[in-house]
Amino acid sequence: MYSSDTIAAISTPQGTGGIGIIRISGSGAFEIAEQLFKGRKPFKEYKPNSINHGCLINPANSEIIDDVLVSKMKAPNTFTREDIVEINCHGGMTVLKKVLELVVKSGARPAEAGEFTKRAFLNGRIDLSQAEAVIDLINSKTEEGSKAAVSQLEGKLSKRLKSVRDKLLDLISHIEVTVDYPEHDIEEITGQEVYAAIKEIRNDLERLTEGYDKGRILREGLNAVIIGKPNVGKSSLLNELSGVNKAIVTDIPGTTRDIIEEFINIGGIPVRIIDTAGIRETSDLVEKIGVQRAEIEIDNADIVLMMIDASEVITAADREILKKVDAKKAIIILNKTDISDIERINQIKTSLQGKIIIEMSIKEGTGLDRLETEIKNLFVKGDIKANQEILLTNVRHKVLIDSAVVSISEAVNAYQSGLPLDCITIDIRNSADYLGQITGESVSEDVMHRIFSRFCIGK
Amino acid sequence: MDYFAGEYDVAVVGAGHAGCETALASARLGCKTIVFAINLDSIANMPCNPSVGGTAKGQLVREIDALGGEMGKNTDKTFIQSKILNSAKGPAVFSLRAQVDRRRYQIEMKHTMERQQNLDIRQAEIVEVLTEDKADEKRITGVKTHTGAIYKCKAVVLTTGTYLKGKIIIGDVSYSGGPDGLFPANKLSDSLLEKGIELFRFKTGTPARLNKRSIDFSKVEEQPGDERIIPFSFETEEIEKEQVSCWLTHTTSETHKVIRDNLHRSPLYSGNIKGVGPRYCPSIEDKIVRFADKESHQIFIEPMGLETEEMYLQGMSSSLPEDVQIEMMKTLPGLENVAVMRSAYAIEYDCINPTQLKLSLEFRKVEGLFSGGQINGSSGYEEAAAQGLMAGINAALKVLGKEPLVLDRSQAYIGVLIDDLVTKGTREPYRMMTSRAEYRLLLRQDNADLRLTPIGYETGLISEERYNNFNIKRNQIEEEIKRLEMTVAAPTEQVNEFLAKRDSSEIRTGIKFIELLRRPEISYEGLGEIDKDRPELSYAVREQVSIAVKYEGYIKRQMQQVEQFKKLENRKLPVDVDYSQVHGLSNEARQKLNQLKPESVGQASRISGVSPADISVLLIFLEQNRRKK
Repeated sequence: MYSSDTIAAISTPQGTGGIGIIRISGSGAFEIAEQLFKGRKPFKEYKPNSINHGCLINPANSEIIDDVLVSKMKAPNTFTREDIVEINCHGGMTVLKKVLELVVKSGARPAEAGEFTKRAFLNGRIDLSQAEAVIDLINSKTEEGSKAAVSQLEGKLSKRLKSVRDKLLDLISHIEVTVDYPEHDIEEITGQEVYAAIKEIRNDLERLTEGYDKGRILREGLNAVIIGKPNVGKSSLLNELSGVNKAIVTDIPGTTRDIIEEFINIGGIPVRIIDTAGIRETSDLVEKIGVQRAEIEIDNADIVLMMIDASEVITAADREILKKVDAKKAIIILNKTDISDIERINQIKTSLQGKIIIEMSIKEGTGLDRLETEIKNLFVKGDIKANQEILLTNVRHKVLIDSAVVSISEAVNAYQSGLPLDCITIDIRNSADYLGQITGESVSEDVMHRIFSRFCIGK
Repeated sequence: MDYFAGEYDVAVVGAGHAGCETALASARLGCKTIVFAINLDSIANMPCNPSVGGTAKGQLVREIDALGGEMGKNTDKTFIQSKILNSAKGPAVFSLRAQVDRRRYQIEMKHTMERQQNLDIRQAEIVEVLTEDKADEKRITGVKTHTGAIYKCKAVVLTTGTYLKGKIIIGDVSYSGGPDGLFPANKLSDSLLEKGIELFRFKTGTPARLNKRSIDFSKVEEQPGDERIIPFSFETEEIEKEQVSCWLTHTTSETHKVIRDNLHRSPLYSGNIKGVGPRYCPSIEDKIVRFADKESHQIFIEPMGLETEEMYLQGMSSSLPEDVQIEMMKTLPGLENVAVMRSAYAIEYDCINPTQLKLSLEFRKVEGLFSGGQINGSSGYEEAAAQGLMAGINAALKVLGKEPLVLDRSQAYIGVLIDDLVTKGTREPYRMMTSRAEYRLLLRQDNADLRLTPIGYETGLISEERYNNFNIKRNQIEEEIKRLEMTVAAPTEQVNEFLAKRDSSEIRTGIKFIELLRRPEISYEGLGEIDKDRPELSYAVREQVSIAVKYEGYIKRQMQQVEQFKKLENRKLPVDVDYSQVHGLSNEARQKLNQLKPESVGQASRISGVSPADISVLLIFLEQNRRKK
């Protein structure tokens, strides 16, 4: 067998329905299920290759997380030829993440890109002829993953992550220089100082994970962007879909000067809907910025909802916008059918042949159901993919930060129970290692560099 | 005229700290060995500090000893001061260091070599390595001396230290020269280049030597040795001897002013030095420039031996001109009337790019050619000796037709050292540090014999007698831990009184001794007070028992990490893979893997530019190969 450590991941594309699966593979899979699953009897008493109903609990406080079906599959007759447990959850992404976190806390490690398939191959489950396909899968997943990691790491969160990691590395290099250059006239770090520093770092890290919980979870899902000429009804659609009067709706073109976003649930798929300023050549500076941002949003969108005024003819401006969304998965919404006529509508439809077109009157509330169905269809068929790698990367980050917290807490405990500096350093280094896995940086090289640049040492 | 001078199994080029270990190991493994030095009076010379050990380096010396090398024993015979460093910071970083009598060290080592069976010692400069072409690679056939003597041999080990095209720089003066006023080896580099070996140019330096009579000891602080002496060698029982002190002074604002005023005369700043110097060993002028805020730097004055008044000035390595050196030394408290005997100098030398080596320290491109020590880009006597020992063992194993001995990062500092050099390469002279070892809690100086003596025995450098003694010690440790696990302390008044004295919580029911020992406030020695039936055990055994019990949790965790590490380490990569043909690798990985030809997937994973995805590809590639067979 290739490896016996236990890996876990969310293995269903999110949003395809109410159920999501966490897959755990490896020698520790059953043991983890034992800790987290409460069914009619202890997990170990279930037969192999069975599916069992019960609750998924947080072992720390026995809180019930979800009502689940758990399948138990015994090696070697499994996909990876290792013991596999699959947890079928009902809740959405939030619950799946929570469950994955618990699984990792109980001893699994987040799977790398394509790792289940890799194991399946390495353990002889997949045919030799498919080796190259396996490699391509791993490479493409890794590439998507690292793109996602980069997009995740921009912004506030990454700054905070970096600042904690900096503190950790500064602390480690100070400890190491104390240890490796005992007779140099550098200021030796004391146990008290180490203790104060690790307590502070633990707080920072804990705040960081809270940030992940509150801020990020909601900000994920399908990116849908609404575009169209000014005053075609974009903000009204957003308000209608979200049920909140968030955008300012007037009859004056260009009222929506900025990007307005809303999170809604369409058939279980979390959708982030972005209302853009109308796209048109504009001389108004404020609006111009809004338009530019709208174009960026179109580039980032998973789906584009293009609105056209059914009471008018297709204008040059409409065609201009259509060009911009050409490569995207688009749904065309003909709004204001209430004030148009069939002939005009058919004329517009003929000129847009081959596209998904929905007739709608927001004022009268028609066409909205169909829009939801179309979005769901596109998603289920797999024509649009939610940015799943971002989601998974995000979970991976969270899990790694959690592990960093656990390590630093162990360092705090070690200090309190009187263990020497060299032991405590192991925990501190582990903590830095976990954070390094997020950014892909190596601790030992960074530490070495800091030692030489910060401290004056030599013969 | 060239002439045939003899036939050997192994020829060793250079007899510094690396070369001595190489030659002894090779001869002790039964290979007919010859070692060359430009000057036989320079065997095992210490051209820099007169000391052995220190953090991480002390661990290396213990490991050398545990494998059957000589450095530890020779140090025990000749040291004049012994110190334990980091005793309060934990067992992983606890290190031994000794000041040695430099001349006695040389004489002892030379004498040991002279008495060694199978070993010939020859004063000569090697100017050429001789090879024959074998398929598309080269194979060693011998070496040639400056005087035309040709020695045929099956393996050659290069341990040339800083001699290759050595250049001495003192301020604006520079000339061709080796360390300590010895001749350089100016010809061998060209022969190596001709064989397709890539060379680097490195730089290092050493401070001045002073006459003790000229120092005002009332102005410097005494640094005596430790009362308790722990020998370096596991075979040395106890040592009692008079120790000599070191002394401490410091730079002043005046010193810094002298240096600043004369910086333009430093070859480092005028561009006259091209070699890459080590970051961790900056010259005094470097320190003043880079750490401008620091008002004073400490300077140690160390004795060079018992039969000399020469003193070594640690912390003042410099390549400033002689007149500036003297001027700045006179600003140090105690050195106002200093009499300099040897000036500080910088030395530039050729070394090889170590990524050309296999983990056995054999060149990939030249079969039978090995190298060890400073020529591999390291710095320090201990680093040199460690590599010299491994190169000697592997050259001999090669001649004997056996598999090479490679220690990995989880087994020894030696493994970390060689893996770092060979896998990551180095751009400056490499110094061992405990922070480079990821499993340092397992790689302690106290357990070097437990880790390595069985390997040394299997290799053939550890005698039957020593191995038996080792086994007795190992059993005693196991037995004593077992006994502590089985023996219960009853909740008697005496026991609770004992606990109360140590601020330890009292016991209500019987508790195993091992549990009591796990409490941080209770030491193994102290526990003896209530543990009446304990057997009489040596200090080394008691120490092992105590560490094993007290740090059990952490030791176990590091062992689990090692288990993970070994998985990739045990996945061996064939040497003949053309990585440009492996589907799915990134371009950078292809290039690096083809260049370095790592021996395992684990080694590949430490090459910069090889990503985790590339490692997955390698694993699948290996599995593909396996199934095709």
